[in-house]
Amino acid sequence: MPESEFAVELAGITKRFPGVVANDDIALRVRRGQVHAICGENGAGKSTLMKILYGIQQPDEGTISVDGAVVGFRSPSDAIKAGIGMVHQHFMLADNLTVAENILLGAEALHGIGGGARKRIAELAHVVGLETDPGVLVESLGVADRQRVEIVKVLYRGARTIILDEPTSVLVPQEVDELFDTVRGMRAEGFTFLFISHKLDEVRAIADQITVIRRGTSVGTADPRTVTTRQLAEMMVGSELPSPQTRESTVTDREVLRVEGLELAGDGGGCPLLAGVDLVVHAGEVLGIAGVEGNGQTELVEAIMGIRRAGGTVVVGGRDVSRASTLARREAGVGYIPEDRTRYGLLATQPLWANRMLGYQSRPPVARGGFLGLLDRGAARRDTERIIAEFDVRTPGPDVAAAALSGGNQQKLVVGRELSGDPVLLIASHPTRGVDVGAQAGIWDVLARARARGLAVLLISADLDELIGLSDSIKVMFRGRLVADADPSTVTPEQLGSAMTGAATTGAATTGAATTGAAGTATATTDAGATGTHRRAHPGQGAR
Amino acid sequence: MKRIRSVLLPPALAIVFAALLCAVALVISGDSPLTALGAMITQVGEGTTAVDIINSGAIYYVAALAVAIGFQMKLFNIGIEGQFRLAACVAAIVGGALVLPPVIHTIVIILVAAAVGALWAGIAALLKAYRGVSEVISTIMLNFIATGLIAFLIRRDTFGLLQGNNISTAPIPESGRFPGISFGSSGTIFGMVFVAALLGVGYWYMLGRTRFGFELRASGESPTAATAGGVDARRMVIIALLLSGAVAGLVGIPELVGRDFAYTLTSPQGYGFTGIAVALLGRNHPVGIALGALLWAFLDKSALALDNVGVPREIVLIMQGSVVLSVVVAYEIVRRYELAAEQRRVSAQLRAVPVPEQQEVRS
Repeated sequence: MPESEFAVELAGITKRFPGVVANDDIALRVRRGQVHAICGENGAGKSTLMKILYGIQQPDEGTISVDGAVVGFRSPSDAIKAGIGMVHQHFMLADNLTVAENILLGAEALHGIGGGARKRIAELAHVVGLETDPGVLVESLGVADRQRVEIVKVLYRGARTIILDEPTSVLVPQEVDELFDTVRGMRAEGFTFLFISHKLDEVRAIADQITVIRRGTSVGTADPRTVTTRQLAEMMVGSELPSPQTRESTVTDREVLRVEGLELAGDGGGCPLLAGVDLVVHAGEVLGIAGVEGNGQTELVEAIMGIRRAGGTVVVGGRDVSRASTLARREAGVGYIPEDRTRYGLLATQPLWANRMLGYQSRPPVARGGFLGLLDRGAARRDTERIIAEFDVRTPGPDVAAAALSGGNQQKLVVGRELSGDPVLLIASHPTRGVDVGAQAGIWDVLARARARGLAVLLISADLDELIGLSDSIKVMFRGRLVADADPSTVTPEQLGSAMTGAATTGAATTGAATTGAAGTATATTDAGATGTHRRAHPGQGAR
Repeated sequence: MKRIRSVLLPPALAIVFAALLCAVALVISGDSPLTALGAMITQVGEGTTAVDIINSGAIYYVAALAVAIGFQMKLFNIGIEGQFRLAACVAAIVGGALVLPPVIHTIVIILVAAAVGALWAGIAALLKAYRGVSEVISTIMLNFIATGLIAFLIRRDTFGLLQGNNISTAPIPESGRFPGISFGSSGTIFGMVFVAALLGVGYWYMLGRTRFGFELRASGESPTAATAGGVDARRMVIIALLLSGAVAGLVGIPELVGRDFAYTLTSPQGYGFTGIAVALLGRNHPVGIALGALLWAFLDKSALALDNVGVPREIVLIMQGSVVLSVVVAYEIVRRYELAAEQRRVSAQLRAVPVPEQQEVRS
């Protein structure tokens, strides 16, 4: 019997990356048989901390103790041997293998691959509430069952402490409840959970103890029975932080973006990814789109940018661009801050000035024009220097590779680039995701100033405070539809959060659009039966 | 200075490593590495060897450029072989049949070859762009079809003529030939060598200075970012493969208009595959490819010289294989090291500067 009451203890964990301290002197003590939540905003350092605990990364300073004994993990297999397992946010399953094969893969030495293994899998499946036949292919499973398979996988390898990284981000509310039932049941059997989330209501519902991480350091612990969501949020963001407040309204009645009847069919005949989306953004207006991730926001943005072909019309500045290419839409004055800058926004090994050219290869100052399409590299360099100065990109110069910058500085470069060339419309997808607080405040400021100059902004964000603070109006997206409107001057994050689940009454969040809200609720109910199919398509998109 | 080191060090190390490996192989088989090395070096000054190296090098250079255009956007045109052979065959037929004034005649032959190469690669391009067929599969299959097509084209009842034991196309008249620079008994450098050099300059200019080159490299680096940046992926696939095919079409031309003047059953083969190795050696860089092409041609020629001193000529194949492998490995190691070093350098430089903005936020 281990002597320590703590299953896991982290002390003084510090981890530095180029240009940013991801973890700074973090302390964390997790009691055995408890659900310990770790809260923090995106980019606060939760993922890095968990990667350190799971042996994916090594801390620069600090110690990890498991069951009272100091350990040094050099790889995840060390962590697994010490009884720590991790369920990643993005599942690590092979679709073309069966449930049992996925569980056994790499762990054949434990119980073989025959009867012993089958018996053990059946026991664990019962513990986790996985009712599927272990012989079916993983590709036929829904998201909730895939998650259970992941949990069985770590249990099979002997885990007693399980890290759940943002486990609810891919689940619909009923599935979240089922997951929580499973977690409570397993806790009763003595398993310890580390629950990573930034959804405060969920954290309060499931956790026995909460540790809050802000800007890479642990700012304190809270008792979920006594703490309020508001107090928790304040701990997470810190009261001294600037809030994204746009001042007086600059909304004009000049339409910049009009989207009508946008339709996009789901993969494999599932629920449509976009169904009849209509929206209008005016000059000087920030229209915010709220929604749980995977409800069509990505598809909406890509359809407007012309990256995905969708039915319906897209009009930018009075010009119908529904059939136009992405480049033509960009030339019409659309700037685009993609949700994943490393995959969609930057050429990692290319210098900054080459990254400045991306998306602008057909326009001055980058292009000289002419038949050969000559590029003006000198002008691109000079304009990159302008962006570096104007947007405070911390870099030795425009010649370093984009990959050498920290996330926040990469994002400032992208924002600066997308605001170049006098855009009339900016599509900003999670513009401050994974950036440090300084960069975040800078980006908010830039967006507010651009709006004051008459820029129309379509803002998609998972950070509800950001959404409420920056937007002039908010629409809630649920299963590919815009189901409710909200007025950012009156709505609270809690009301918005419940509107996003589609199940709650949207009346509270809806001002002046009660009919839309009601329709949204009705839609949500009728669509509930199709949830499984719709969700199934999701992990495939992740592999895109 | 640092840049030059990072560019030149890996290939130099790789060549030394490959040479050591060959020396070991020679010692094991009971031959003297020094004798072999001596023979390889002295051969360059003998007979037509130096000129032959330059001529072969130019051919390898063109083939490698064709491969490199595809490599820039991670397209593997393995069908250079079929494209160049079919292009040479058709160009020979057209060149032998036409009566045109000099210069124009030669230019027409070159253009026909480029067009046929592009056309043959275009089949793979369309399959890739509209049906998602891997270009690796389709181009390698098209190689076999090209072989069959050539055999058909030079039959005696189509365009072939019986010349002794060989079947060939009608000879290209004097007006279609490309004069070279003669060094008397040391051989004649093909005029096409200079065209190859021009192609290299064009390739360098296109990559670095034009929108197409930028879009090509962006697509190769990150197809997702390129798409978000307004690069039409389908269009890029088609243009890149057409261009690669057009350059491939020129691979057989130096020998056709400079030495053989007809396409025959025994016309050379294998340049397309050599081009892949040379493009890897040269890291798709126009100068790197040139050095790689010359090295490859030098090693090819060494086989004869080694035979003369009784060293097995197969040692050249060992050398060629190990040099490609070690170059690929060495560059990958250096690339990773440099990226990590740059990240460290950037963060070190930034730490030295106080960070004003974050303090403002706190106050």
